Amino acid sequence: MTVDVLVIGGGNAALCAALMAREAGASVLLLEAAPREWRGGNSAHTRNLRCMHDAPQDVLTGAYPEEEFWQDLLKVTGGQTDEALARLTIRASSHCRDWMRRHGVHFQPSLSGTLHLSRTNAFFMGGGKALVNAYYRSAEKLGVQVRYSAPVDRLELRDGRFVAAFVGSERITAKACVLAAGGFESNREWLREAWGQNARGEWPSDNFAIRGTRFNQGVLLRQLLKAGADTIGDPTQAHMVAIDARAPLYDGGICTRIDCVSLGVVVNREGRRFYDEGEDFWPKRYAIWGRLVAQQPGQVAYSVIDAKAAGRFMPPVFPGTRADTLPELAQKLGLDVPAFMQTMNGYNAACRVGTFDHTLLDDCHTEQLSPAKTHWARPVDKGPFHGYALKPGVTFTYLGLKTGETAAVSFGGVPSANLFVAGEMMAGNVLGQGYTAGVGMSIGTAFGRIAGVQSAQAAMKSGVHHAAA
Amino acid sequence: MQQLEALARDAVALANGNMGAGLVLSAPEAEVARQMQICNACRYCEGFCAVFPAMTRRLEFGKADIHFLANLCHNCGACLHACQYAPPHEFAVNVPQAMAQVRGQTYVDYAWPPALGRLYQRNGLTLSLALAAGLALFLLLALALNGTLWGGDLRGNFYRLFPHNLLVGMFAPVFLWAVLALGLGVRRFWRDVTPATSGLPVTSPAAAEATGDVLRLKYLDGGHGDGCHNEDDAYTLSRRRAHHLTFYGFMLCFAATSLATVYHYAFGWSAPYDLPSLPKLLGAVGGVSLLLGTAGLFRLNLRRHPQHGDAAQKPMDLGFIALLFFTSLSGLALWLARGTPALAALLAVHLGVVMALFATLPYGKFAHGIFRTASLLRHAVEKRQPNPVGLGAD
Repeated sequence: MTVDVLVIGGGNAALCAALMAREAGASVLLLEAAPREWRGGNSAHTRNLRCMHDAPQDVLTGAYPEEEFWQDLLKVTGGQTDEALARLTIRASSHCRDWMRRHGVHFQPSLSGTLHLSRTNAFFMGGGKALVNAYYRSAEKLGVQVRYSAPVDRLELRDGRFVAAFVGSERITAKACVLAAGGFESNREWLREAWGQNARGEWPSDNFAIRGTRFNQGVLLRQLLKAGADTIGDPTQAHMVAIDARAPLYDGGICTRIDCVSLGVVVNREGRRFYDEGEDFWPKRYAIWGRLVAQQPGQVAYSVIDAKAAGRFMPPVFPGTRADTLPELAQKLGLDVPAFMQTMNGYNAACRVGTFDHTLLDDCHTEQLSPAKTHWARPVDKGPFHGYALKPGVTFTYLGLKTGETAAVSFGGVPSANLFVAGEMMAGNVLGQGYTAGVGMSIGTAFGRIAGVQSAQAAMKSGVHHAAA
Repeated sequence: MQQLEALARDAVALANGNMGAGLVLSAPEAEVARQMQICNACRYCEGFCAVFPAMTRRLEFGKADIHFLANLCHNCGACLHACQYAPPHEFAVNVPQAMAQVRGQTYVDYAWPPALGRLYQRNGLTLSLALAAGLALFLLLALALNGTLWGGDLRGNFYRLFPHNLLVGMFAPVFLWAVLALGLGVRRFWRDVTPATSGLPVTSPAAAEATGDVLRLKYLDGGHGDGCHNEDDAYTLSRRRAHHLTFYGFMLCFAATSLATVYHYAFGWSAPYDLPSLPKLLGAVGGVSLLLGTAGLFRLNLRRHPQHGDAAQKPMDLGFIALLFFTSLSGLALWLARGTPALAALLAVHLGVVMALFATLPYGKFAHGIFRTASLLRHAVEKRQPNPVGLGAD
C-alpha cells in the first residue's frame, strides 16, 4: 500500500505536517521512532510558542511586533540566520494559534516564574506533552495512520526524489515525504565525534546530559549528509544549558535547570570563577552556561548561593549541598578549600552593593575583579550556604538540512520535488546558534505546516491520488 | 534510579527537618513531597487546577501542606497525561495517584471517633455489613409489627407499617451521628491545615468563591472547560456531569425529606404525598437524577485509566456509588409500586438501604466531598494573600 504522504518523526513539526497534509486531502502515514509512551520527541518537554502580535491577543500581553522578534532572533543568533525564512517563521507565529486550538491545543496565560514571557510567548496549558497528545488525538480522528516504535533506518532516494523508507526490512513507499525526525543529540558517538577531545585529554561530550528524548539519533540526517543533501549549521552547535549534575542522562527536561546562577557565584572544579554571573536576565543567558561549563575541567561547575537567595529562584528539583560556612561547603562539594576561599573573599570584597533588584539590571556590581559580576553582585556571606553541581545539558543540535520557503530538501542547490523537512532537522536555517524561549516551537509549527501542505501538493501532482485510509 | 531514590529521601529528610520534630511523614506523604519537589521545579501544570498554584506558594512540603494539597486534588488526571515525568520516566511522577493515597490516609486519620477510622480500610466489608444489618432490621421490624411482608392492607400508606415516630426515632440518631462524626473529623483537619494555609480566617469573598467551586465542580473542568480525563488522554465532561447528577440528585432527595418533615410537623400534612406535591416532585426528580448520576459514575469508575487514583480505594468508591444507586432505585420502585402487595417489602428494603447509607456516611467515600470543600475554602483564603515565595525575574 502506498500513502500520499509519509511523515517521519512524531513531534510537533511532524504532527503539524501530518495534520496539514491530511487537511489538504492527502492520505498520511506517520512513523514515530519511540513507543507510544515516549512519543512526541523533544516537543513533549516544551512549554510555549514565541508569537509575534501587534496588539494584546488572548493569552498575550502588550505587542511583540515583527521587527522586535526579528531583532531578538538576530541578537541570539549573532546573525547566523536566513532573514527570509526567519521572517516567514515570525509571521506564521502570529496566526497559527486558532488552527492549533482547532486541533485541541489549549493556551493559558503565563503564571508564576515566567511573567517576563507573557508578552512574547503563548503557553500551552499543561505544556508540550498536552499539545502533543491533542495533536495525536486530532490526527487519529482525521484518519492519519500512526505507527509507534517505527524508527526509519534509511531512505531510498532517486535523483533527489523520495521513493521509500525502510523500517527494518519493511519498505514503505509514498508519493511524498516529510522528514521531521529531530537532531542527533541523543547519539553519543556523534556527539563525541563533533566535540572531539580537548587539551586536557577529556572527551567533553561524555559528560553531557541530554535534556530531551533518547530517540533523536540523527540516523536520517547522517544518511542525507552522505547522500549529498545541502546542509546548514555546525555539528558542535547545540542548545546547551547548565543543569543539575545529578540530572538523568535523558529526558531531564525543564526541572533539572539551576536557576540561581545570577544570585551567587559560579566556580569551576578548581574553585575559580570563569564568567560574569550577572551579565543579563536568565532567559537571555540561559543558553550560554551549558557551553561555558562544557569548557571547564571535568565539564563541571558549582553554583554557590547564600541565605539571601532563598526563595528568590525557581526551586531546584534536587536539594543542594548545604553548609553553615563557606569552607565547610567547599569541603562538601569536594573543592580545594583555600582556592575556593580566595575566590570567595576576592569576590565578596569586590562587591559594590547599591539597590538590589532582581527584576531589573540593577546597580550591584563588582569593581576590579576578573571576571566581573556586573549586576546583582552581593557578597555571598550569610549562612546557610547552598551549592549545586552543574553540568552541560544538551537540548537540541543545530546541524540540519538546508531548505527554503517551500521546506524542500535540496541537493546541490536543487530543491527536491517530493522530500520536505521540518522541525529540528532544519531549525538551523533560522537559528544558526543561540536560543530564545519558544522559538523552536515557532519554527517547528511554521515549517511543519508548510511541509504538510507542500507534501500533499507534491503527492497530488504525482499522479493517482490515494483516498485516505 | 537508586541515586534518585536517595536524593528523594534527602529531600524528604530536609523537608522534615524544617518542619519541626514529631511530624514524620508516612510513605504516601513522603511520595507526595518528592513529587511536589519535581512539580515545583517544572510547573507546566499550573493552569489545570488549584493544586499547582497552591504548590508554588511553598518551597517545602510538610505534613499539613501535603494533607491540604491532597484534598485539594480532584483526581482529574490532567496533570498525569500532560506530565513529561510520568511513568515510565524514572522520576515516576503520578500526582493524582500519590494524592489519592494520601487522601485515603487523611480520611482514616481524621475520622471521629478515631477507632472507627479503621472502617475506611475495610470499607467494602463495612458497607455490606451495614447494608445487611439495615435490611435485616427493617424486614424483621416489618414482620414483628405487621405480621406480613407481602400483601397486607397498607392502602399506600407506609406509616401503617412503620409509624412516623418510629422512623424518626431510628433515623434521627443515625443522621445526627453522621453529621457529628463528619463535623468533628473535618474540624480537626481544618485546625491542622489552617496554619499551613496563611492561618487567616475565612472572608466572605473567599467563602463565596469556594462555594462556587464546589457547586460548579470547577476543578473537573480541566482548567479550560473541556472537562477532565477518564479512560485516556481525551477530555470528557461526563465525569463532571455524572457527579453533578449525583450530587444534585442527592440534595433534591434530601430537600424532599426535609420538606416532608416540615409538612408533617408544621402543617400536619402526612405522607404519602403524590404528584404534583412539592416533596414528591423534588423526590422524583432527585431520585431519577441520582439514578442516572450513579450509573454514570459506576461505569466511568470501571473504565477509569489504571494509573488514575489509588486502585485500593476502588471498592470504597464503587460501594458508595452502588449504595446511592440502590437508595434511589428502591425509592423510585417504592413509589411506582405503592398500590401493589410489594409495598411492605419494598419499603423495608428502601429503609434498610437508606439506614446503611447514613450509618456509613462518615466512614466512606462521602468524606471526599467534605474534606475537599474544606481544602477549597482554605485555598480561597490563602490565594488572597501575597505569595510568600518571591521569585525574581527568573
